[in-house]
Amino acid sequence: MTVRTAEFVMAIVLALCSIGLMIKSAELNIGWIEGRGPGSGAWPFWLSTGMLLCCIATLWRWFRKATPESRNTNLYMTHETLVIVGTSAGAILFLLAATHWIGIYASLVLFLLFYLKFVGRHTWMLTIILTIGIPVFIFCLFEWALKIPLPKSITEPLFYPIYDLMYS
Amino acid sequence: MGDILGLLAGGLAQAFEPVNFSMIILGCVLGLLVGAMPGLGSVNGVAILLPITFLVPPTAAIIFLAAIYYGAMYGGAISSITLGIPGASTAVATVFDGRPLAQAGKADKALTAAAMASFIGGTISVVLFTLFAPPLAEFALKFGPAEEFSLMVLAFATFIGLGGDDIPKTIFSILIGLVLATIGLDIISGQPRLIFGDISGFLHGINFLVLAIGIYGIGEMLWTLEQTKGEVTVHKVKLSMKEIIADIKDVKEYIGTTSLGSMLGYFVGTLPAAGATPASLMSYGIAKTFSKEPETFGKGNVSGVAAPEAANNAASTGSMLPMITLGIPGSPTTAILLGGMIIWGLRPGPLLFSEHPEFVWGLIGSLYVANLATLIINLMFIPLFVKILTLPFTILAPTIYILCVVGGYAPTQTMHDVWLMFLFGVVGYLLRKLDYPVAPAVLAIVLGPLAERSLRQSLLSSQGDPLIFFERPISLACILIAVALVLVPVYQKMKRKKNAEQGEQQT
Repeated sequence: MTVRTAEFVMAIVLALCSIGLMIKSAELNIGWIEGRGPGSGAWPFWLSTGMLLCCIATLWRWFRKATPESRNTNLYMTHETLVIVGTSAGAILFLLAATHWIGIYASLVLFLLFYLKFVGRHTWMLTIILTIGIPVFIFCLFEWALKIPLPKSITEPLFYPIYDLMYS
Repeated sequence: MGDILGLLAGGLAQAFEPVNFSMIILGCVLGLLVGAMPGLGSVNGVAILLPITFLVPPTAAIIFLAAIYYGAMYGGAISSITLGIPGASTAVATVFDGRPLAQAGKADKALTAAAMASFIGGTISVVLFTLFAPPLAEFALKFGPAEEFSLMVLAFATFIGLGGDDIPKTIFSILIGLVLATIGLDIISGQPRLIFGDISGFLHGINFLVLAIGIYGIGEMLWTLEQTKGEVTVHKVKLSMKEIIADIKDVKEYIGTTSLGSMLGYFVGTLPAAGATPASLMSYGIAKTFSKEPETFGKGNVSGVAAPEAANNAASTGSMLPMITLGIPGSPTTAILLGGMIIWGLRPGPLLFSEHPEFVWGLIGSLYVANLATLIINLMFIPLFVKILTLPFTILAPTIYILCVVGGYAPTQTMHDVWLMFLFGVVGYLLRKLDYPVAPAVLAIVLGPLAERSLRQSLLSSQGDPLIFFERPISLACILIAVALVLVPVYQKMKRKKNAEQGEQQT
């Protein structure tokens, strides 16, 4: 896909989102309520209308080739970019999905193992130190210092002995 | 004046309290690190690290974040000089002369000049801040909802007039930020709004941090990976105490233009859309104009490194002025600081000076201390920071991602917000590739609830008559300046078109 096509597609997608937001806001009162001022849907409704107008302006400029992006026929995503950005985005996606299933700490271990060993090709020594060190640091910072429990899902029972130590 | 000095002394004493002082040191070191990493600047550091400030009281928290802000401004120069890649957009102008100096084996000279200039810029701007903030806050006490709303309109107009980005895309960015801020329960009627697919996660609204971390953590890292392809080459820096002292003596070469650049930087910094990047470019221009050897600029002139560094530090202090006194952030970083203040239960704006003087003066006092601390830490550990730059992205990137994920979870403790953050990060990255500016959206999501409340209160008090914004003098002035700002790019465009037509006719 060229940058020019991407500019067009993005403007269309954003325009559709704006219309969606307008419809959603219009479910509430978008007019004037006597004694209470503007209805709760008015502000988001007019803002979304403004968004739609901006998208139309962008499309008009695209049509007239007025912006640098609308004249650019280079690739929007080169193969190299796709690989480097896709790996990162994919790995985070896995980290989030796995957190629901096996909890954040186990997911962090797998995430780091993948990134350090298979993407970075670091030594096993460094990989193991960081794969254990970073989750331990996060645990100490959040659970112990900030008292914010992070999601653990099915791995929760494994943490009982640590809780006993922390709160005894 | 005597009052100010007394309050300032109190603030300085507060900055030296053990908790606050350790926060300053920690903040400066982290700021220097974040600033030095290519692509990451103060805004990324502040966004990613804000969740961990829940650990300490609000005063210590803001001191920590302000120290990061300062440190990052110093740190940006390190990668500009040794890598030739700006550590943040605010350090772009530092590359012009910093890179040639490093290539000529004079990286030490450039790094010392950057540190000294940052110190000069920081000091001048903090003094200006101390003098201007109290009277401005007192003036702002007269503001009612109509003035507040007009002031926000003015803040957004600066993005359109001075941002330099595509206008429809800039407006879109502002509007989507404001719409995202309306999701959740309506502040006045209590009705749920824009709850997509009846997902309960939307009921508590979208925390500004979710958008800020998504865009400035994940989105920025993806962007940096694309730009650098994960590869960087570092110029060697040899530095001994003796050389640093010799380099410090060069300060007389650039102190004049640097002081001028600092004052300029401070005032440009107070404008929401302008800020540190244009300030540093303008300061570079001034230094070149006033130089006796303008032809050496771009080839390795120390003044060319000093001028932008002084201005970007001064601008960072400048951007705190409207945040503290008016409750309108002067930069994306201060927008996040402002959001943080709301989370800590403070109401930013003029009342802050009378209701929480210990908070305001503690912050001002800490700025003086942070400035000096950063200078010393920077000069002492330059070789160490340069070493950290060689850290491969396969270690840096996953660490940043993990901090983003846990940082996005911390404020509301729902996975819903973490997913949203990831979505914002990816979409923000894709939009940025098409030249949609993202900073206005972050500013808008922070100001959104305040803007809506002041608009609705104003309209309610005027029985729905929008003329209220034009009848009150301060409000009218803000609206008129806002309109003028929006018209600036339109006028420039017409003028260019006219010139081009005239040019065609002549040929």
